[in-house]
Amino acid sequence: MTEDELRAAVAAGVLGSEQGHRELLRSIVEVARAIFHSQAASIFLLDEEADELVFEAIAGEGSESLVGTRFPSSTGIAGWVLVTRQPLVLEDVGQDPRFAKDAAEATGYVPKGLMAVPLLHEEKALGVLEVLDRPHRPGAALEEVELLGLFAGQAAIALDLLQAARRARAALEGSPGELQALARLAATVDRLQDERRATGLELLAALDRLLGDKSRAGEPPGSPAF
Amino acid sequence: MHAAERSEPLPAWSLPAGAEKNIALEVDWPPKVTREWAWGGSTGRGVRVCILDSGVEPDHPLVGPVEDAVAVVRGPDDEITIQPDEEGDLCGHGTACAGIVRALAPDCTLFSVRVLGAGYTGSGAILVAGLRYAIENGFDVVNMSLSTTKQELAASLHQLADVAYFKKTMLVASAHNLPVESYPWRFASVLSVGSHDRPEGLDFFYNPEPPVEFFARGVDIDVAWMDGATLRVTGNSFATPHMAGLCALVLGAHPELTPFQLKSVLYLTASNVIGSP
Repeated sequence: MTEDELRAAVAAGVLGSEQGHRELLRSIVEVARAIFHSQAASIFLLDEEADELVFEAIAGEGSESLVGTRFPSSTGIAGWVLVTRQPLVLEDVGQDPRFAKDAAEATGYVPKGLMAVPLLHEEKALGVLEVLDRPHRPGAALEEVELLGLFAGQAAIALDLLQAARRARAALEGSPGELQALARLAATVDRLQDERRATGLELLAALDRLLGDKSRAGEPPGSPAF
Repeated sequence: MHAAERSEPLPAWSLPAGAEKNIALEVDWPPKVTREWAWGGSTGRGVRVCILDSGVEPDHPLVGPVEDAVAVVRGPDDEITIQPDEEGDLCGHGTACAGIVRALAPDCTLFSVRVLGAGYTGSGAILVAGLRYAIENGFDVVNMSLSTTKQELAASLHQLADVAYFKKTMLVASAHNLPVESYPWRFASVLSVGSHDRPEGLDFFYNPEPPVEFFARGVDIDVAWMDGATLRVTGNSFATPHMAGLCALVLGAHPELTPFQLKSVLYLTASNVIGSP
């Protein structure tokens, strides 16, 4: 077992559950919808291995049952936004729903207008955030695109953490039982509060002193190994 | 602007004593570069404009004829080839850009190079291959309403942008307002474009604080879209073809201009650059 594997196990234990990450995605689309007073907001994440966009969450109008639906990663509006890294705002003033076919297929809801922005973190494109049918505010378009970009930046940081945790958990699932036990221990200690937490950390420090090698013997008590 | 015929070839990398006369450039600059001088009477005729994007829908009424359309395609062994584009537009965006250029420069010759549709993975290599094809084919203007954040492509794109600059191909690229580094719009050899929200297509501004060099119309624009439709759109990616269309107009009137000179003419005729009367 390498030190990296041990660290990954501890990280996976502390980083939270899949349910917690679903809640994060849900919160991102809820906040996007609230910021722009829109009818709906949705998020697509890139599955790099399959080279597909996956519809991950929706707030407002649309169908939750379509979560998990997959699309080609480089066609349609979401694909264009992902590949080109450019935000887009489209309004169907002619009431012609054809443009929104891909959004409609994803959400079960046919929008008259949408804003789409890539979720970029460092050099990675993680997915696409779409805001559907917001009220038209004359003269506010540039400000809205700016705000959407700022929000997308924040959402991308959260998503990057989410994906790192998913990778850590995936690695852990295929790992020996000891690693999984270590992850559970890390998660348990992380959840402890107040006195119980202090006691838990003290216990770990004692274990560390007891089991640790000689080179660590001089470290002060109360400095657990992780 | 017409430079006098040079009697001897220019020295390559140095200017020997007494050789100044060899590079004398007799230029009939007008007393003031006006829009009338820059593109008065031009329709973009003779200027070849390439739309590097999602493809262009054939025969869209707002786009008109497309001279040639190719797609950059990834083969089963990951080799990248250029093939005739049988699919048209896979999103609508390329058609929108082509329509904006056509509206400004109605007689320019449009070409489509599709760099979308081969998947996200490896899309950076497709973009580089598409740009290389466009430069090798000597288009006068290449509209690039796209960018990449991949660091490993920055050097290739930078090199290609400089090759284009010296081969008289003006690359016009969308800037983006997201808090990440992206390319190629940041390179000095590219004409980079952001948006303003005024309603006039010929209104454009020089930005005295680059890297974004120009602002063009990018808000609430009615554009061509897939299946013969039209949409109202906003974004730097639609401001970019406004500058590409303007480049086509100026080159229609002054085909001899290099990208350096073309940028200078656009600077001198920008809506916020006001000289003495």
